[in-house]
Amino acid sequence: MPSRTVTVGSRTGLHARPAALFVAAAAAQPVKVTIRTAERGPVPAHSMLSVLSLGAKCGTEVTIAAEGAGADDALDTLADLLVQDLDAEAADA
Amino acid sequence: MPETLRGIGVSPGTAGGPVARMAPPPVLPPPRSVADPVVEAARAVAALATVAADLERRADAAPGAAAEILRAQAMMAGDPVLSDTVAAHVTDGRDAPHAIADALAAHREAFLAAGGYLAERAADLDDLRDRAVAVCLGAPMPGVPDPGHPFVLVARDLSPADTAGLDPAAVLAIVTEEGGPTSHTAILARAAGLPAIVRCTGAGAVNDGVVVGVDGTLGELTVGIDEAAVRELADRDSTRRSRLAASHGPGRTADGHPVGLLANIGSARDLEGTAPDAVEGVGLFRTELLYLDRPSEPTQAEQVAAYSAVFAACAGRRVVVRTLDAGADKPLTFLNQATEPNPALGVRGLRLAQRRPDVLDTQLAAIAEAAKASTADVWVMAPMVATVSEAAEFVDRCRAAGLPTAGVMVEVPAAALRADALAGAVDFLSIGTNDLSQYTFAADRQVGELAELLDPWQPALLSLIAACGDAGRRTGTPVGVCGEAAADPELAPVLVGLGVTSLSMAPRAVAEVRLALSARTLDECRRLAELALGADDAAHARALVRAVATT
Repeated sequence: MPSRTVTVGSRTGLHARPAALFVAAAAAQPVKVTIRTAERGPVPAHSMLSVLSLGAKCGTEVTIAAEGAGADDALDTLADLLVQDLDAEAADA
Repeated sequence: MPETLRGIGVSPGTAGGPVARMAPPPVLPPPRSVADPVVEAARAVAALATVAADLERRADAAPGAAAEILRAQAMMAGDPVLSDTVAAHVTDGRDAPHAIADALAAHREAFLAAGGYLAERAADLDDLRDRAVAVCLGAPMPGVPDPGHPFVLVARDLSPADTAGLDPAAVLAIVTEEGGPTSHTAILARAAGLPAIVRCTGAGAVNDGVVVGVDGTLGELTVGIDEAAVRELADRDSTRRSRLAASHGPGRTADGHPVGLLANIGSARDLEGTAPDAVEGVGLFRTELLYLDRPSEPTQAEQVAAYSAVFAACAGRRVVVRTLDAGADKPLTFLNQATEPNPALGVRGLRLAQRRPDVLDTQLAAIAEAAKASTADVWVMAPMVATVSEAAEFVDRCRAAGLPTAGVMVEVPAAALRADALAGAVDFLSIGTNDLSQYTFAADRQVGELAELLDPWQPALLSLIAACGDAGRRTGTPVGVCGEAAADPELAPVLVGLGVTSLSMAPRAVAEVRLALSARTLDECRRLAELALGADDAAHARALVRAVATT
């Protein structure tokens, strides 16, 4: 199954705003995506409660996986989002 | 014809607008058997969607960081995994409220297991559960309401936690069914300058959205008024506010009899935003703040710094410092206070100095050191004094510490009953009406049901104040009032008529009291005092005085 392993770039981790942005992006993909850390998961990436429960912090390694048509594109989009500091926008705004 | 409900007016002013009720968290009813799981599951999922939509709407209206938190919470409510779990629970035979509570409880466990930041967010899940269960039961949403427009907040009572989330800009007025003139609601409303009524029976039955008028001076809630009446109330309030803004300078009756108008504070911060000429000084500086939540006594140097900050803010003005008022109801770790069966009647206030004289002596030394380095006129008083000898001993210790002006609080009826001897032994008296009420009427301040007994208009309380006022007049001793009673503009002329020479209150309340005093001569104040003393109860006293005021 195609997968990507990246480290979380948001300074507060995969919480509040970064988690909301990631979950919304995952829900918008044509394929079902899962996310896990070394200790927890995999869980559905479009579930806010499940993603939060991973407790992924800044620098935590996470693996996202998906199968089917468009899986690679979806994973690239989401991996790109995960490595960014999604809190930076909020701090600058 | 609009219906009028009556309560106790605790914060003056008038306002009108739609009601929004603050509901308590819903109680989960006993489980019931589900006839049609498909319909029941749809009901549960719809409740979650309603909550998510409501949170989204609130997020759109909220500023910055608050909006992000609400949006994240909305996404939790709208989580598809959550609705799947809830639907599965219903298929297993649970009713909608229990299916929701159980599903969220599982996520709560996961949050707590993850620890740290997530564990702190567990309360968000409890809030979601309460909201979704309330929707299922057809009960109002719990917590501080946010209808998206200014509203009159109606609640059973307000706790400090409830009011932390309150946006004073969105609230037009506050009405509670319980609470009393000294309740948290009353204090908050006066501090925020919002009209407020407490003990307003029947207010909770007024539905959300019904337009009401609130008169926080008369304590009247008018249900079902029209737009013209709302405008009239708003106009009246803006006239009142502009009259207040125009009032300044020292407190005086219409014929020029001076009445000191002072501020109650807990630290120098409480004076921020108060113009130097808005108050004549500080009538009650509570020093407990320094001692709370710490394993050891604050050092003399730490205390000097805190006291100096207040004295510097009051250069050239009076500051009345109250020595440590701790008791088993607010225990201090370093004092090793045991729990007492009845803390209000236990070892508190000056009584602690018997056990730990060093704590009082360090405090007096720190006050004296800070006073020496400032131009403030520093007075010191002891809380919870019951006998003349206790008062005399305290005065001796103050003098020994180099503090020339020493007085005592009158909070215990025993002290008021010996007012003459007491006034002879000290430099000033300061009446703490909140505690004096609770001890005179044998009525716990924490019990809302007893609020009427704790009303500062009670003639028996006024008699004790009169005893102090008479003693002050005979001996030339200043007599202040520093309880919530001092902030009641209708009561202020009565207190002055009883012989009170200064009133100390939240800085915000001063203008209203100044205006009320300037409308009465000293003789009129004395006549009002006689009327109130002759009444049968608090409501009667208020009505008699009000009848004169409106003629």
